[in-house]
Amino acid sequence: MSSAVIEKKQKRKTDRELNSFKAVFPSRSANEGFARMLTASFVSQLDPTVSELADIKTAVSEAVTNCIVHAYPDSVGEITLSGKYYGDGQVVITVKDKGKGIENVKEAMQPLYTTDSGGERSGMGFTVMGAFCDRLRVSSRLGAGTSVTLTKKLSRGE
Amino acid sequence: MHYTCQTEGQRLTVTLYGELDHHGAVSLRSELDRLIERERPRFFALCLSEVSFCDSSGLGLVMGRLKKCASVGASMVIREPSVAVEKILLLAGMDKLIKIERTERV
Ligand SMILES: Nc1ncnc2c1ncn2[C@@H]1O[C@H](COP(=O)(O)OP(=O)(O)OP(=O)(O)O)[C@@H](O)[C@H]1O
Ligand SMILES: [Mg+2]
Repeated sequence: MSSAVIEKKQKRKTDRELNSFKAVFPSRSANEGFARMLTASFVSQLDPTVSELADIKTAVSEAVTNCIVHAYPDSVGEITLSGKYYGDGQVVITVKDKGKGIENVKEAMQPLYTTDSGGERSGMGFTVMGAFCDRLRVSSRLGAGTSVTLTKKLSRGE
Repeated sequence: MHYTCQTEGQRLTVTLYGELDHHGAVSLRSELDRLIERERPRFFALCLSEVSFCDSSGLGLVMGRLKKCASVGASMVIREPSVAVEKILLLAGMDKLIKIERTERV
């Protein structure tokens, strides 16, 4: 088991949970856009700013793409996307796969780190997730799968 | 994801439309490479004003084409990145690797 956290703001004691969703879909690339739209319409209930919404969509897209590209490189597997939001405007999105896992999460989260050899990946996915959210937590077990939790506090939450 | 292209002398300009994610990038990269191979431009401009979404797969697409251009002796620029594209380009420090051309927004 390997895990790591990138945190910008100190985690606040979370408020009352107001709403949640969960979706399970196969690791097909057409579902990258689907996952973004689903997350965006869920988060829209909180009246986010344009840039907050764009940040969350980008972070979710990174996590879901990683499942498709890395967790299940030669097969189609299951991706679970779930979300919650709280009374204080905090949004928590989780992306889980049951794919190949990451041996060393800390190393994988370094900017420019990629195991891709095709020259078409920049190794910036985790860096983008960390920069566009307040908190990024990744935990993984080799051969069992990976779980990515993205937390962002929206400014319009009271 | 779709694109249009335009050649003016030695300059090939490709404008991308839509969401530049992994799904969109997969088919696009080989099409762009074929286009660059065929046209052999001196200058290759990738216009990103109509791209409404871009994640690190989009960065990968840009970096891959930068390498492709270098391999055929073309110099590449990015033109008019939309707000969505610009944020991630700057986060990744791409402005240090590739020239970004913008016309002044009034
Ligand atoms: N869900 C996952 N399952 C297995 N390995 C993963 C997963 N997510 C990430 N990784 C590993 O972590 C590395 C870094 O991921 P990151 O998203 O930062 O970069 P990348 O996907 O390689 O490139 P980019 O996101 O810029 O296209 C990957 O190359 C891969 O080895
Ligand atoms: Mg990635």
